[in-house]
Amino acid sequence: MTKKNIKIAVASGKGGTGKTTISTNLARAIAKNRRAAQYLDCDVEEPNGHIFLKPEIQKSKAVTIDVPEVDNEKCNGCGRCSDICQYNAIVSLKKVVVTFDQLCHSCGGCKLVCPTSAITDKAKEIGFVDIGVAKEIGFIQGRLNIGDIHTPPLIKEVKKAASSDSVIVIDAPPGTSCPVIEAIKDCDFVVLVTEPTPFGLNDLRLAVGMVRELKLPFAVVINRSDAGDDEVLKYCSKEKIDVALEIRDDIEIAKAYSKGEMIVDVAADYERGFIDLFDYIDKNIQLQEKLI
Amino acid sequence: MKELVVISGKGGTGKTSIVASLATLAEKAVLADCDVDAADLHLVLEPTIKRREDFIGGKQAFIVEDNCIGCGRCARICKFEAIEEKALSNGSKGSVYRVDTISCEGCGVCVEFCPREAIEFNEVVNGQWFISDTRYGTMVHATLGIAQENSGKLVSLIRREAKEIAKKENQSLIIVDGSPGIGCPVIASITGADIVLVVTEPTLSGLHDLERVVELARGFDLSIVVAINKYDLNPDMSDKIEAYALQNDIEVVGKIHYDKSVTKAQINRESLIEHGDSLGSTDIKEMWKRLSKRLSE
Repeated sequence: MTKKNIKIAVASGKGGTGKTTISTNLARAIAKNRRAAQYLDCDVEEPNGHIFLKPEIQKSKAVTIDVPEVDNEKCNGCGRCSDICQYNAIVSLKKVVVTFDQLCHSCGGCKLVCPTSAITDKAKEIGFVDIGVAKEIGFIQGRLNIGDIHTPPLIKEVKKAASSDSVIVIDAPPGTSCPVIEAIKDCDFVVLVTEPTPFGLNDLRLAVGMVRELKLPFAVVINRSDAGDDEVLKYCSKEKIDVALEIRDDIEIAKAYSKGEMIVDVAADYERGFIDLFDYIDKNIQLQEKLI
Repeated sequence: MKELVVISGKGGTGKTSIVASLATLAEKAVLADCDVDAADLHLVLEPTIKRREDFIGGKQAFIVEDNCIGCGRCARICKFEAIEEKALSNGSKGSVYRVDTISCEGCGVCVEFCPREAIEFNEVVNGQWFISDTRYGTMVHATLGIAQENSGKLVSLIRREAKEIAKKENQSLIIVDGSPGIGCPVIASITGADIVLVVTEPTLSGLHDLERVVELARGFDLSIVVAINKYDLNPDMSDKIEAYALQNDIEVVGKIHYDKSVTKAQINRESLIEHGDSLGSTDIKEMWKRLSKRLSE
């Protein structure tokens, strides 16, 4: 049986290599030529997919996390809450307990250990999930409130908002730490976007280390493929990593990008590349399904 | 002593290349690579490591299988869905629990509430940090382990070390290479900095991300300046960015031409300034003059 609701994450160690370009164009190419598709912008600190897809947002919902609220009347000053907190988010002073919402990971430990039930949950807003439609594809994005650092919990909510009946393309944040892990874990396939430069190669190695640690199948896309050296290609061939798509350095693409236009709209011959990329990923996933 | 922090909001606008050029122009400074997720400055500055330390960012839970009675209390109270049931390793009937180290955030709640005290809570090494010599001065940098957390803590540690070194060496300038985004490593990079240089590019995404990161820096009451990299790729967008800066009373200290030498310099492990005269290197020298003036104020 064909697996329909496949989840593809587009990630990269280095920022600015073209994650958003690849993920928006890939989602559009899938929806136009293959199956229903949704685009999820999980780069919630700097979400840019909306600039290209120009969605109509139908619903916005605030995302909250639970942080502790202390009733100082009930508090007996035992200090067990600050003892269990690993993040210095709750400090028991002589007469009052002080909380620091930004440091809280919502583990619930303080509430559980409090012997006088002085601690309750308080909802703290960390950002928004916007849900809408961009022509033929479903569109969901997360927007982290400026000054907030709860990136992973917001990414989790963006992923929860997706429906399970279509192909999901996830635009992940750059880097290799917690926000990226949250965006790519439980995906069926990861596309790592890089560029053929020493910085691109160094950060690709880190990203490959990450997806291998998570045991996720992946392939590489080289953007601006003729703009640097061939070290990325050599590395991929040595490590037996598939290079699923190469996009050449094209001033027309750069110009379209700067104005917020999609590649597949300004240069139709690029669409083939994105369809092939999807077919390659789909085949790979169906093959794994059979092996299981 | 002044601390200049270079950030961007959007990734890939040229932070690290610009930091390498500024290090060349400053001739003597303490350098700090705070983009610990994807550190690249060392590829140009080729540091010689003098001191190497483990970075311990936090703790992690570990269930000792022999002591686990399989009650599942840990899994029920874990808010991170980091504890999973598994069959006994010796193949006999029944099940025990195991911590998924990637999902565990080291809160210790399971450790506290395990009725058999079967869960160990150990410090974990999340990465390594280094003090090194480079051709332009001492550099503090780090590598975060694969799929590790606590990058904000590591950034704070690097900046603290860089300040100590600057004091000891009597240096007047620290140049910090920051990370993209507006999240925890970025906040850890900019708080208390003397000048924040935001490197942007003339694209809609560049402007959008600039606005968000400027609002963030404003929230911390920091002195902000902007550089527009590759400004000639879309002059209209560059004008828009300049207009935005003007409206917000932010100085545009640099407008840097798109320059193919940037990639060539990177491949040669050189800063653009070291690579030789080019449109881009001339622009960065101009920018350095303005930055120096701001730094001496």
